[in-house]
Amino acid sequence: MLRLEGITKIFGGLTALEDVSLEVKKGSITGVIGPNGAGKTTLFNIVTGLYTQTSGKVYLGDKNISLLPTELLAALGLVRTFQNVELFGKMTVLENVMVGLHTKSRSGIISCAFKLPRQIKEEKQIKEKALHWLEFTGLAAEAQNTAHNLPFGKGRILEIARALAVEPQLILMDEPAAGLNSQETAQLALLIRKIRESGVTIVLVEHDMDLVMDVCDSVIVLNLGKKLACGTPREIQENKAVIAAYLGDG
Amino acid sequence: MTKEKREIIIFLIFTLAVLITPFFLQGSYFLNVLVFIGINTMLAVALNLLLGYAGQISLGHAAFFGSGAYISAILTARFGLDPWLALGVAAAANGVLAFVIGFPILKLKGHYLAMATLGFGIIMFIIFNETVSITGGPSGFSGIPNIKISSLVFDNDWNNYYLIWIITLLVMLLSINLSQSRIGRALRAIADSEVAARVMGVNARRLKVQIFTVSAVISAIAGSLYAHTMTFISPTSFGFNFSIELLTMVIIGGLGSIYGSFLGAAILTILPEFLRVLHDFDIIVYGLMLIIMTMYMPGGLISGLQQIAEFAGGKIKSRRANHA
Repeated sequence: MLRLEGITKIFGGLTALEDVSLEVKKGSITGVIGPNGAGKTTLFNIVTGLYTQTSGKVYLGDKNISLLPTELLAALGLVRTFQNVELFGKMTVLENVMVGLHTKSRSGIISCAFKLPRQIKEEKQIKEKALHWLEFTGLAAEAQNTAHNLPFGKGRILEIARALAVEPQLILMDEPAAGLNSQETAQLALLIRKIRESGVTIVLVEHDMDLVMDVCDSVIVLNLGKKLACGTPREIQENKAVIAAYLGDG
Repeated sequence: MTKEKREIIIFLIFTLAVLITPFFLQGSYFLNVLVFIGINTMLAVALNLLLGYAGQISLGHAAFFGSGAYISAILTARFGLDPWLALGVAAAANGVLAFVIGFPILKLKGHYLAMATLGFGIIMFIIFNETVSITGGPSGFSGIPNIKISSLVFDNDWNNYYLIWIITLLVMLLSINLSQSRIGRALRAIADSEVAARVMGVNARRLKVQIFTVSAVISAIAGSLYAHTMTFISPTSFGFNFSIELLTMVIIGGLGSIYGSFLGAAILTILPEFLRVLHDFDIIVYGLMLIIMTMYMPGGLISGLQQIAEFAGGKIKSRRANHA
């Protein structure tokens, strides 16, 4: 589904990522872990076109997406959430999800301004679909609330709902459990499984090891910009190099 | 009542109020002020689409207003073109101009965009002021013909009122429609988080240039109508001060509210009539208004009024609950 070949990213004198190659299988939940500064978010930013890699290639399925701009990736089925929750704060919860359906609709400025019949029909479909995703994620009761009034945990879920509205093949989640309490994290785990069951591949960067070990099929460990290990959660837990990276090898 | 139905009813009430207002007014002075409010409403709505929805500032919007006015004036007075045709040419020319300059400068953000649009406004003002052989320079351009529909000439306040306000209502309606559509949502998404909007597949760059163009076209139409109703124009109407006045209208009325733009335009059109005693110091009052509004009512008067209404509504409700 997603394949990275020899990704290197250099910021000035800092090598954030060095020759990272990895593959994410279709329908899997893959965790990317590593100490702070390991390059996890940089990796996401490269895959989603927000950064351009110094060298290396990114494939989505068979398609080389290495140099595609961010805004074209949604239509190809690749979407992400953000570590620092990037909601459209002044819009309602429903409208946030409706923006997720942007690539599923076509009406331009003229047909929107004149409310042409086709646009009215399209608008109705957008709203129905958006409501569906709010139901799916359990946010339906919040539909008319303004997004920045949502409690933090629900904001994280809204980001996921908005990403689902794109009807992606692959979702990258950047620390979805950061700032959530244990109950919210448990609900998140359920939601992540439910999304996978609907046929979407998931990659998550996460610091919450319980969540990673609980939901992931495979785990990739980054340290200091290099791939340190990959394998099943159990293999990773027993990997000496990983333990050393996290705890120090003193 | 659904949100959409409520919007339609509000618009119909507003339209009705606009259409019957002249029957309650004595003399041409008030009608004349209302014509200016109409033109300023168009301009404020145009700037609001850019600033209030897409979150992109322009400190040079008076330039599009001026360019629309001068193109229309020159084409009709010098080359005898029909005013309607001239209006179309002025709108199209400003659309092209906005597209050409918008493409590079909308890459900029925040202060840099403010500076670039400011520079554009100043360049255009210098052109209006200095190309004396074309624009008449500082002494202005007179003898601009009125707009005609067959034998109906828009040369008195009564006719002008309906001409300006029907077009203003149309601009408002189309802008309201736009703001509630996928394009409107995409614009607001760009304003709130451009990176998230792009991840959702919104082509932020293209949409910003498009809305900048639309905004310029509306401003140029307002400029052309201004030229044909006033029959005389001069560069002072299209300078930096007026760009700031437009900005003040949009912010005082309420960013992202079309009726707010009307409110802001109305206040800033009427206020100078009272501030005449202050002469050039009136800009201090505008500055103070901007500061006070952004500090205490950042959503503008419209959202302030809504809050008051909700607060009052809530009090009534809770009082009823107490009684029951």
